Parts: sequence; structure tokens; C-alpha cells
Amino acid sequence: MEIPYTVSERPDTGLNNVKIGIWLFLASEIMLFGALFASYILLRVGATKWPDGSSILSVPMAFTNTMVLISSSVTMVMAWASLMEKKLGRYRLFMGLTIVLGLAFLVIKFFEYRAKFHHGLHPSTSTFMALYFTLTGLHAAHVAGGIGINAYLWGPGLKLWERAPQQFTNRVETAGLFWHFVDLVWIFLFPVLYLL
Amino acid sequence: MADSAHGTHHAEMSFWRRYVFSTDHKVIGIQYSITALVFLFFGFSLMLLMRWQLAYPDQPLPIIGGLFGELRMPGGVMLPDFYNQLGAMHGTIMVFLGVVPLAVGGFGNFVVPLQIGAPDMAFPRLNMASYWALFLGGVTMFASFFVPGGAAQSGWTSYPPLSDIAPMGQTIWLVGMLFLIVSSLLGAINFITTILQLRAPGLTFMRFPFFVWAQFVTAFLLLLGFPPLQAAGIFQLMDRLAGTSFFLPSGLVVSGQPIAATGGGSPILWQHLFWFLAHPEVYVLILPAMGIVAEVVANNTRKPLWGYKSMVYSLLFLGFMSFIVWAHHMFITGMGTAMSSFFQTTTMIISIPSVIILSCLIISLWGGSIRFNTPMLFALAFLPMFGIGGLTGLPLGLATADIHLHDTYYVIGHFHYVVAPGTILALFAGIYYWYPKATGRKMSEFLGKLHFWPSFIFMNGVFLPMLIQGLHGVQRRLYDGGAAYAHAQPVLHLNKIMSYSAWGLALTQVFFIVNFFWSLRKGEKTSDNPWEATTIEWSAPSPPPHGNFVSMPQAYRGPYEYSVPGHPTDFLPQFSPGAGEKAKTGQAGKTSH
Repeated sequence: MEIPYTVSERPDTGLNNVKIGIWLFLASEIMLFGALFASYILLRVGATKWPDGSSILSVPMAFTNTMVLISSSVTMVMAWASLMEKKLGRYRLFMGLTIVLGLAFLVIKFFEYRAKFHHGLHPSTSTFMALYFTLTGLHAAHVAGGIGINAYLWGPGLKLWERAPQQFTNRVETAGLFWHFVDLVWIFLFPVLYLL
Repeated sequence: MADSAHGTHHAEMSFWRRYVFSTDHKVIGIQYSITALVFLFFGFSLMLLMRWQLAYPDQPLPIIGGLFGELRMPGGVMLPDFYNQLGAMHGTIMVFLGVVPLAVGGFGNFVVPLQIGAPDMAFPRLNMASYWALFLGGVTMFASFFVPGGAAQSGWTSYPPLSDIAPMGQTIWLVGMLFLIVSSLLGAINFITTILQLRAPGLTFMRFPFFVWAQFVTAFLLLLGFPPLQAAGIFQLMDRLAGTSFFLPSGLVVSGQPIAATGGGSPILWQHLFWFLAHPEVYVLILPAMGIVAEVVANNTRKPLWGYKSMVYSLLFLGFMSFIVWAHHMFITGMGTAMSSFFQTTTMIISIPSVIILSCLIISLWGGSIRFNTPMLFALAFLPMFGIGGLTGLPLGLATADIHLHDTYYVIGHFHYVVAPGTILALFAGIYYWYPKATGRKMSEFLGKLHFWPSFIFMNGVFLPMLIQGLHGVQRRLYDGGAAYAHAQPVLHLNKIMSYSAWGLALTQVFFIVNFFWSLRKGEKTSDNPWEATTIEWSAPSPPPHGNFVSMPQAYRGPYEYSVPGHPTDFLPQFSPGAGEKAKTGQAGKTSH
């Protein structure tokens, strides 16, 4: 028994199953982060005073992290493009870079968190800090998940390339869509928490 | 499996792979159904205990009262805390572990791939993961009864600040909900992809059986509605575990003690996030039921559904509107008149598509030569019961009337008319209707009727008095059923009627349970298409083998071609090639009405 359209596209929808699946998943993720941002707005509007994010949080660190994530999105596209050109070595290089950049993001995030705890700033300190830790924490969990998927596709998952190159390329594309989404969420989080 | 000879060849799988960790949508559908039926029965049992307390406040429960221990029922008398746990868990279990898993996970999984002529779901392993996430969620919820302080007790809605400061059971509830949300999200992605991608050649959108449409829209509601509740659940977990104050306002004092929290949060925020899911969730509960009723009604009136297209468009409109009515649950939170006007207007608008669907189903009966078999009895009972449920909702959707009715038993009566005599009767119709497809045998008609009539009567015995009590202003969640309130006295005797009806309803289900198991071995053997139905699932062998179909099915026409003039039989299946007709692909087929 074969499930149709796992790799090839269905003519009338023009998509394969995985592509539809990942877009639906991202739709649900938009609703998740949409709810988080909406809660931020509601709590901020209802607050008597709201701190200036840039006076508490480290804008240089967050700016560095923004650059790191944007670069990782570029290398992710390069990894996928290398597969399309059947250049496996280049794929390994760019996917490896994507993973390293993802890890760099988490390391910088770790130092940011540690500095906050060091200054006695905890989730229970204020509504602003609660939002900061919850929103960036959930985002960091997404980054960690993305790194896990990418690491699998860089290492053990690569075996599929021998058997079914098209399917493997689709997987990398799907992982890329998720990775770009995670990047995009950060691009919203950065100004909302650090600058506004 | 009687028909395994028809099946495609595949390696023999171990017992575990075949029945427990199966990726076959039919096995998963049956796993979902059994799990959900067990939880429905468990959730119902919680209510039976509550009904004792409501009918005989503070009197010891005979015989089994001593089994619950000193912390819950000392000397057999129920403590208010335990009553609250039963109430919160009854709601949670019935909605999230009973009706939704049965309607979506069970029927959706089993029937949808068969109805669209697919070999399986698009993502079989994801499907298995979604069942096991539900199972873990169920175990978590069940286990929460045994943690210190007992299970969640802040109502199934878990309103803060009460839920933020409740005992540990609430944390377990939140963890359980996160499992259930993951399960629903995985399922929703799978359903939408399956329906879009795996339809048989010729099965264009307007040739979908109505049940497929219902599941399609339901999946979107789950997909887009659950994540905000997930966000809310995470916030509440943070409040409870990390000391944040997302839902705790400043200056909160409990039992004379100021709460040690930073404050600055908003309890209303939880209500917005919760109802943003929980209102679409009501349609998640009802749409699959409407889908089942549509299938059964068309089949047993031997007529095409009246107004199939208007039903489909109503369904789509209803799905969209269900996301912009949520705050009608919150009229008395002090929201401004502009907000309540908006939400009461959208609420009135959303009743229109429901009325169209129900009217179409009722008009479909007109002039039909109706077969009154068990599935049809349940489906017919659904129509007026859902009608009562829907119409009693209108006063609640109007902000002014809601001020009087809010949080009274009227709300409970209204909601249960939609879900219990409404959805659950429809789900029973579905079980009797598709049982032959799943097992190759019919359930007993005699026991089925013995199940139907008392269930129908007792359900009204339970829920009709609630509407009366509510109009008298009796509040919900009172653990003495209103005995301490002067204004409740004239309607207090109704508590006994409701309780006796509930216990009668429980006894009646014995006929169903006996029928379900007896028919597995002794039921009348049937052909592949015992109801002489037209949709594609009936072209598969009963029970369908792994991979479902002997050869790739095709759809040649609309789903309900019954009593076609000039055709020798009174049904012209979607899957059989007729004279001079060819399968169409890529363009909308025409359905005749």
C-alpha cells in the first residue's frame, strides 16, 4: 500500500502532502504566536506603567542574535539550493552552518538569561519580565526544535538521499520553511520586547 | 478478518504493530472510538455521583459512598471540594476526551479516508502519534484525581484567579490539556491534507459526502482555535509554577490574606483566550454530528439531501463566523456596549447557517419513504433535540437576556441539549450506521430500539428541567443544587426528576454495551453495502483490509443519488460507473437535487 503524493505533486492542487502539512502547521503556529502577541498588547494596554524594554534588556545582544538568525535563514536556503543542484558536499557545509548559527543564537540567549537572573530579574519580577521570559523561552524552544530537525537532516537523515533524493530535498525544504518561520517570529519579538 | 483474502499483500505484523501501535487509520479510528466511549462513560459516572448530591444534598450515598475515602466523601457524604472536582472533570472529560475524540478522532479517522476513496490518512505515523497524545492526556487527567488536593476544581473553563491559586490538580489538568491540544493539532493537519490530497479521481469538492465537508471544516476549527488555548495554558502554567501574574490582578486578597504576587495581570485575558478556542469547540462538537445525521438521513429517506450546496456553503460560513463570536460568553465581564453589540450581532448571524443546515435536513425528510431503522431513529431524534439546543441559545446570545440567564442552569440545559441529545444521539446513529463496515456484522435492531427509546426520553428528563430551573435563577455549580436558596425552592423538586432520569439513562446504556459486544460475534452478517448506500466507503470490503480498497475507486457522480428516475434500483452509488458517464477530474461535478 502506497500513500499517493508523498513526494510528487497532485496535479489539481499542485502540492505534495508534506507541503500542505507544513503550511497548516505554520498556520497553527501563527495562531499560537498571534495569541501571545495579542496577550502582550492586552496586558500592556491595561498596565498602569510599562518599562522601556531597551533600558532593561540588552539591545546589542538581541541585535547580534537577529543577524545570526537572518544569516542562518540564508544558509538554510543555500543548503536546499545545493541539494537542487545535487551538490551534497555544499549541502553538508551550509546545513552545518545553519546548525552552528542556531546554536550560536541559543548560546547568546543563554548569556542574556544568565545576566538577567544575575541582576535579580525573574519571570515573577514584573509583567514585562514575565512576558519576556515566556515569549523568548517559547521561541528558544522552537529554535532548539529546529536545530534538532536540521541536525537529523545533516546526519542520520541523510541516508534517504541515496534512496530517494527528491523526498530528501522535500524534507530539507520543509525544515527550511519551519526555520524561516522561527526566524520571522524573532524578527517580531525583537522590536516588540527590546525596542518598543 | 473475514475478507483478508481481498487485501493487498503485506508482511504479517506482530500483534503490537497491528492492534496497538498501528498506523492503519481504521485501527486508529477504532482505538479512538473505544477510548472515547470509555471516557464518555467515565465522565457520565462522575455526573451520576453529582446527581446524587443534587437530589439528596448532604445525605450519605448508600452502598458505594464509603469507597471514596475520608478526603472526598467522609461517611459517604460528598464534600463541596470533591463536588467541584467532579464538575470540572465531568466537563473536561466529556468535551475533550469523550465527544471530540469520538466525533473527530473516531468517526473522522475511520470514515473519512474510506469516504474519499483513500488508502489511508496522508500521514499515518502522525495519526498514530495523535492517538497516543490523546491517550497520554487521558491518563494524565485521570491520574489528577489521585494527587494531593484532588483533581482540577475550577470548572472546565478553569477561570483565574481561582484556577491560578487552586491545588496541584490544576497543574496536572494543564499538562493534560497540552497533550490533548497536541493530539488535536496533529489530527487536524492530517485530516485537511488527507481530504485535499487523497481524494479518489473524480471526487470533486461538490461531490464530497456532507460528512467529509463537516470533518474538513472541523479540522480547520481545531487547527486555528487550539493554539490560543495552548498559549493560555502556558501562561497559566507560568503563573502556577514560575510565579508570574499573567492572570492575577493587583491587590488580590484570598480568605483575608493578600496574595504574594506582582499582580498587574488580567483574569479577563484568560477568558478571551479560552473562549477563542472554546466557542469554535462547540462547533467541533456539533459539525461532525451534523455530518453523520446528513449521511443517515439521505440513506434512509432514499432521497438526495435537499439543498446540499446551501448546506455546504452554510458550513463554510459557520466555520468562519465561529471565530468571531467568542465574547458572547463574557457579556457580564463588564465589556463595553460597543463590544457586546458586535458580539451579539455576530452571534445572531451565526445562527442563520445552523438553521439552514437543520432546515435542509428536515426538508430532506419530506416525501421520502423513510426506513425507521436504529441509526435513522437516532438521527431523527437529533433534529428536534438540536433544534431545542440551538433555539434556547438565542436568548443567551443577546446581551440583555444573558444578564439574567448567565451562569444559571438555563445555560447548562441549553448546552447539554446541543451536545447530549444532539451530538451524542448523532454519534450513536453513526455507531449503528458504520458498525457493519467496521465489523462485517450488523448490531441488533431490537436491542438498538431498546437503547434508543428510553435514552431519548431520559435525556429530556435530565435536561428539560434544567431550563426551567435556570429561568427561576438557580445558579450552576451549587453543590447543594440550590437547596440553600429561597428563590430555588419552587423548582427544587426537579432535582430528583433529573437525577432519576440520569440514573435511568445510565441503565439504558447497558443495552448498548451488550449490543456492541454481542453483535461482534453473533450479529447478522452483512454484505459490503448493507444499507444500500451510495458513498464510496460502501464499495470497500467489510471490514476493509489494510489499504482499504480492492482496486482504486473512482467517483462518477454526486454523493446522494437515491431514487434516480429510470435507474433499476433506488440507489446509484457514487463509485459505480453508470451508462455513458465518465469520471470527471479537476472540475466541479454536478449534483442533482
